[in-house]
Amino acid sequence: MSLEVQTQTAPRRWLFTTDHRSIGIAYLLLSLVAVAVGTVLSIFMRIHIIAPDLKLPFWGVVPPEGYLALVTMHGTLMVFFVLTTGPVNGLASLVLPAQIGARQMALPLLNAIGLWLTALSLAVLLSAFFVPGGAPISGWTNYPPLSALAAAGPGQATGMDLWLVSIGIFCFASILNAINQLTTMISKRCAGMTWMRLPLTVWAWLVTAILILFAFSILLAAVVMLLSDRHLATSFFVPPGEVINGALLAPHANGSPMLWLHLFWFFGHPEVYIAILPAMGLTSSLLANFTRRPVLGYRFMVATTMAIGFFGLLVWGHHMFVSGMNPYAGTAFALTTMAIAVPSSGKVLGWLGQLLLGRNSRVHPLPTPMLFTLGFLSFFIAGGLTGPILAQPVLDAYLHNTYFVVAHFHLVMAMAGVFSLFAAVYYWFPLMTGRLMNETLGKWHFWLSLIGAYATFLPMHLAGLAGQPRHYAQLTGSTSSLGSLLPLQTGITHSALFLATAQLLFLINLAWSARRGRLAGTNPWQATTLEWMPDKAGMRVFRGPYEYRFRTNLVDFVPQCAEEPEQE
Amino acid sequence: STFVLSADRVWWMPSDGALHGAAIDRLMYWNLVALSALFLLAHVFLFAAMIRRKRNSSEPTGSSLKRELIFLAGLTLLYACMAVSAQRLWAAIRYQGAAPQALQVEVTGEQFQWYFRYPGTDGVFGLTRPELISAPAGNPLGLDHNDTHGADDVVSSVLVLPEGREVDLGIRSIDVIHGFFIPGMRLKQNAVPGMEMHIHFTPSVPGDYPILCSQICGSGHARMQAHLQVESINDYEVWLKNHEPRHDGAGR
Amino acid sequence: MPATFTRTPAEIDRKDTGIGGKPPVDRRPTGGGGGGDDNWDNHPRGRRGPRELLTRYRLGLFFALAGDLMFFIALVSAFFVRQNAGHFDPRDNYVSDWHPLAVPPILWINTAILLLSSLSIEVARQHLFHEVDVMEEWLGLGRPAVRRASPWLIATAILGALFLAGQWIAWQQLSSQGLFFATNQNSHFFYLITATHGIHLILGIIALTIALCALFLLRRVEMRQIVVDCTAWYWHTMGLFWIFLFVLLTCFQ
Ligand code: HEA
Ligand code: HEA
Ligand code: CUA
Ligand SMILES: [Cu+2]
Repeated sequence: MSLEVQTQTAPRRWLFTTDHRSIGIAYLLLSLVAVAVGTVLSIFMRIHIIAPDLKLPFWGVVPPEGYLALVTMHGTLMVFFVLTTGPVNGLASLVLPAQIGARQMALPLLNAIGLWLTALSLAVLLSAFFVPGGAPISGWTNYPPLSALAAAGPGQATGMDLWLVSIGIFCFASILNAINQLTTMISKRCAGMTWMRLPLTVWAWLVTAILILFAFSILLAAVVMLLSDRHLATSFFVPPGEVINGALLAPHANGSPMLWLHLFWFFGHPEVYIAILPAMGLTSSLLANFTRRPVLGYRFMVATTMAIGFFGLLVWGHHMFVSGMNPYAGTAFALTTMAIAVPSSGKVLGWLGQLLLGRNSRVHPLPTPMLFTLGFLSFFIAGGLTGPILAQPVLDAYLHNTYFVVAHFHLVMAMAGVFSLFAAVYYWFPLMTGRLMNETLGKWHFWLSLIGAYATFLPMHLAGLAGQPRHYAQLTGSTSSLGSLLPLQTGITHSALFLATAQLLFLINLAWSARRGRLAGTNPWQATTLEWMPDKAGMRVFRGPYEYRFRTNLVDFVPQCAEEPEQE
Repeated sequence: STFVLSADRVWWMPSDGALHGAAIDRLMYWNLVALSALFLLAHVFLFAAMIRRKRNSSEPTGSSLKRELIFLAGLTLLYACMAVSAQRLWAAIRYQGAAPQALQVEVTGEQFQWYFRYPGTDGVFGLTRPELISAPAGNPLGLDHNDTHGADDVVSSVLVLPEGREVDLGIRSIDVIHGFFIPGMRLKQNAVPGMEMHIHFTPSVPGDYPILCSQICGSGHARMQAHLQVESINDYEVWLKNHEPRHDGAGR
Repeated sequence: MPATFTRTPAEIDRKDTGIGGKPPVDRRPTGGGGGGDDNWDNHPRGRRGPRELLTRYRLGLFFALAGDLMFFIALVSAFFVRQNAGHFDPRDNYVSDWHPLAVPPILWINTAILLLSSLSIEVARQHLFHEVDVMEEWLGLGRPAVRRASPWLIATAILGALFLAGQWIAWQQLSSQGLFFATNQNSHFFYLITATHGIHLILGIIALTIALCALFLLRRVEMRQIVVDCTAWYWHTMGLFWIFLFVLLTCFQ
């Protein structure tokens, strides 16, 4: 009878759970939904670029504004609902409390509220496809006046409103989560868990949460102001004398679109680091685990994480070199941007150094999480290295808003971020299901994705150098100068199809391993950090997070909570 | 990249037609070479680390960052060189306005067209008023016909420029933000409503160059294209003469 | 039915107030002959005495207010950017359409009221931490702290409502001068800033109401303290924000 009661209440318990692990899994599922939709949209985009007149299933012939709606929604989904929701809220909810020796977040209810607000926000965003006019068409950056005036294009009426409301809710949810994570990290560390004993993932989440607090509050303010321009006849961002479709708008006070650009990028740049910092922390942790060596330069890694967070707040102008900003400001932002490349490069060198120190063969050679971490490293280098080129205003004045930028951020953000998310899922899967994911499928998934991703995004550099702007629904136009790029773009589309198809392996692996995967036991990766330790009250920590390789033949790692270094 | 070059450079930067472009191309070239080399070098390390497997040696764990820090100093130097060389060029191209004798042309973006206006013989642009804008009535820029300065203004949808003379472009928009982009002139500047941006350059090679819109501006963004025709001074003068408005009272 | 008695670890964790059976007074344990470990910082987390939960909620509130501060900073920096932005008319004359705005004098009264309310909520807060009363409540002898604090909470709520009414009157006065939200850049900012601040105060009044109910409904002393304490700090911060915003709106026109 009690069993019956339990099964009856199970779904309700799951729905209203405040358990950090279930919430983490729910966040990850949410971002899985978002990534699936986002990927389908990107495939529609890719097909439209090379065959604008093709009839798509369920869609028909996509008009140019339909293409722009696809881009906008693709970018929004991927940046907000995949790379912010997944690594920051999902993984942090899943393992952050455990890694610092706590049983719960500091404010568990807040964690759950954040989850439900994020889900609501996703629903509001997706509903924009179904309203008259469709989804907004002004890109994920939504520069006004295009985004401020309903008359400026299809999708800019209700669709744009829904976008703004959705992102407003998302900001609020993210801020709540950041508050919760900060409080947890400061007040719930277990005995002995000093700052310099925190795993680097926790450091990354700490800096991320601070950035979220800064960045999303600003975005929320900007969203409120834009909504007020749209509905309360103010003109924060709208200049006077606008003529849209041949009709002069009612008089506006003297607003300026540049204000939005500054506010948006003050958010936008920290946002891309929010998306990548957890991946960096994870990379350090996994490299230590799979090379069976302490992290090379723990303090250095902490310092670079903080430096990236700090400089991340000072570089937003590098998105605006040719947008009408004062050229002297351009110089200043170019210098800060070059400065931020230094800590990032330091991290890369640290990781490479760690790898070159050698790999101990205790653990199965190159298991899937390690492969994906190496993939992250490869993409971060490939995409990161074009950063300093874009950071030079003279060169950016040519490359800005071309496919060169698209290539840059898909490598450094999209592929690096997603690969690190994969590494996390393959690595922490036992925490969610008690089982390991299938290695064979995982390796196939890795190699196919690696090849597909490079084949998709490397050639985009060439399109960018040839001058192809972003957001172009098709390559034909009165000047037909871009027509010669058609073969290149066709190749990219085929690679993208290949890349997206390869993701099915991941989904199959998830479904299969959740029920049939090898049982993991406790601590399958022989890790030192606390999320793998059996849950016991009054956890106490005696040492740093990466004490690998103490003795050669016996146990080569010492968990943080082990009392004796010599324990068997 | 040789095959890319041989394919008439279609998958590469279009050939440069502006005076300031050569320096940019050189900078771009060495940047791409340096960073590609770093990319390859880093991947050599990466693969070496993947393939090599150390024995279970008990050698002391090298946890010193010395090697890495030396490397980092080198990279920092590289970034500093990039910043300095790029900065010199940027200052030369953008810090100063055009010379006073530069040819004045006004560029106006609107969904989804570019219009170019020449000040005519008096050298002064006439007043424009947003409330007069009406493309169907032949006044896409809202020229105020009561203003005498505007009487000789030439409005065109093709940008025709004389070779070898500095041009000062005043870039505006009447509705949303557009991006004024001439790949062949290594030139890009957003057109922001409510502001007028100035950039200046000297076309040096006659020819036809596509003008694109590089900032998402609505459903017609991709077809918001125009032509720049760089011509000899004489051809340019002839073209300008032919396009001067006739004063038959109707206005253009 | 043993199943009825199983609790998940999470639930145990939540129910555990972590005060280790000590009264929630603001004092570290003294030696008192009990021996053992007297420094609470050496205890494991969750067992560090009556103030631990309070500190945690305060910390959360602090971060929330830091985010909120960023929100207001965004508005304020936009205010300054717009104030200093003019444009050139077709004849190359610099025009600035920033019309200085004389704030309605009633704002001074409102400010005074808000300051007063800060005072009253501080009195309420102090009552909840008054040691003798807290001991009495903890021992279950009565609720002197609640009795003493609740009138002050009510007073704060009333003062807050008065402030909001005053702001409303200020809006009325402005609009009777023909200055509406959409009139010019300056009025945009005046209305937006006062409105967002007003919303924060409405939230504050809701929090006060909740705190008042909580005083009578919550069974544990330390939870009552937390509710009132957090409400008070929130209220103080809103007062502080208002001072900054008021100075901005009056002195930086
Ligand atoms: C995770 C996201 C992420 C990250 C980490 C970065 C990292 C960097 N980004 Fe990027 N960027 C984006 C996401 C990101 N970017 C996005 C989304 C956009 C477009 C937004 C839009 O318009 O929609 C963008 C656009 C963008 C622009 C504007 C382009 C334009 O619109 O014109 C610029 C300009 O300066 C820039 C610069 C940089 C720089 C200098 C870095 C640096 O931090 C990079 C540092 C890394 C390295 C320098 C690599 C280090 C490796 C080595 C040094 C190898 C070592 C070698 C050996 C051992 C041999 N980025
Ligand atoms: C995370 C970020 C992300 C990701 C993953 C992608 C993935 C892809 N993107 Fe995306 N893209 C953006 C972010 C991203 N993009 C942004 C910000 C823009 C700019 C939008 C704008 O301008 O407004 C953009 C724009 C953009 C354009 C430019 C359109 C234009 O300007 O005209 C194109 C064109 O080809 C494109 C293509 C693709 C393709 C083919 C993929 C494919 O790689 C898709 C294949 C998918 C995967 C490889 C991911 C699978 C991942 C999982 C299954 C992990 C899930 C795991 C868990 C959640 C546990 N994208
Ligand atoms: Cu005009 Cu894009
Ligand atoms: Cu950036």
